[in-house]
Amino acid sequence: MAAVFFFIAGIGAIAGAIGVATVRNPFYAVLALVSHLLSLAALFLLLRAEFIAAAQVVVYAGAVMVLYVFVVAYVGSQDEPVRPVGGPGLRLASIVFAVLIAVELLIAVLGSGLKGIDGRGAPYEAGFGSPAAIGELLLTRFLFPFEAASFLLLMAAVGAVVLARRRGGLEGGEDEVLRAIPTRLPKGAGSIAEGVGDINPTGDIGRPAIGATTGGDGKEEGGW
Amino acid sequence: MDIGWYLTVSAIVFCIGAGGVMVRRSPLVILLCLELMLNAANLDLIAFSRMWGNGDGQIFAIIVMVVAACEVCIGLGLVVAMFRRRLPIDVDEMRELHG
Repeated sequence: MAAVFFFIAGIGAIAGAIGVATVRNPFYAVLALVSHLLSLAALFLLLRAEFIAAAQVVVYAGAVMVLYVFVVAYVGSQDEPVRPVGGPGLRLASIVFAVLIAVELLIAVLGSGLKGIDGRGAPYEAGFGSPAAIGELLLTRFLFPFEAASFLLLMAAVGAVVLARRRGGLEGGEDEVLRAIPTRLPKGAGSIAEGVGDINPTGDIGRPAIGATTGGDGKEEGGW
Repeated sequence: MDIGWYLTVSAIVFCIGAGGVMVRRSPLVILLCLELMLNAANLDLIAFSRMWGNGDGQIFAIIVMVVAACEVCIGLGLVVAMFRRRLPIDVDEMRELHG
């Protein structure tokens, strides 16, 4: 029975991986990765790693993939252009290289003749891979990696905010509107004297009013 | 199932991810293929943890997941920054740092 589940989950994982690497639309690639992660969680369950499987589904297939979907929706799921930059030879070479790595790894795994990987592993003890066992390990033996991981997550969050924040005064469309507003205001602007028309009493007769522009060139002619 | 079968699946998934990193050009998809490679390593770690009956490999897998989450965070921040600056979302066009 475990063999049936293994083959279903294994084929699902490999099919999801192929989907991620080959689908043109990034949105469908994200969905393929979600199916791959779910199959992988099933494999983790078969390996008696219940807590990791749950974390995989909740954190990875849930939260991280939602982040991906948001970014794909923000950037726009544009298909890749067909034009190959490095030429078709480079593409073929990289595929051949990946297949060669696969062959080498499979020879190393299957041809090693190690006794350890031919068995089903150590005899199962109750509580192996449960949240209690993982939590005890994390808080006793691996306390420093645990704290370092939390600090790493904090740094990554701050770094992402710094990278993706909106900078003022850069090139770009939205900042153009702000630039049209005159930054140097005439003396007395915003005071009561302006309200009663004392600053530029001949605004509509001679010179244009304060801050008015002639045409669309943005050159300021009015003022003081 | 023998542990070797899990290692086989992991090796195949790793190579699909490696090929995807080399072939694809959109940084989003390259990040996805990196996730594939990290997950293949996770499967190996958990298989070896089962082989020894020892929970240390599972802790290692959790740390790998944390690192993967950080990498996604920074990578997607870079993609959003590229999009804000109207740069093409294509790693082959970003060649200003070539040596």
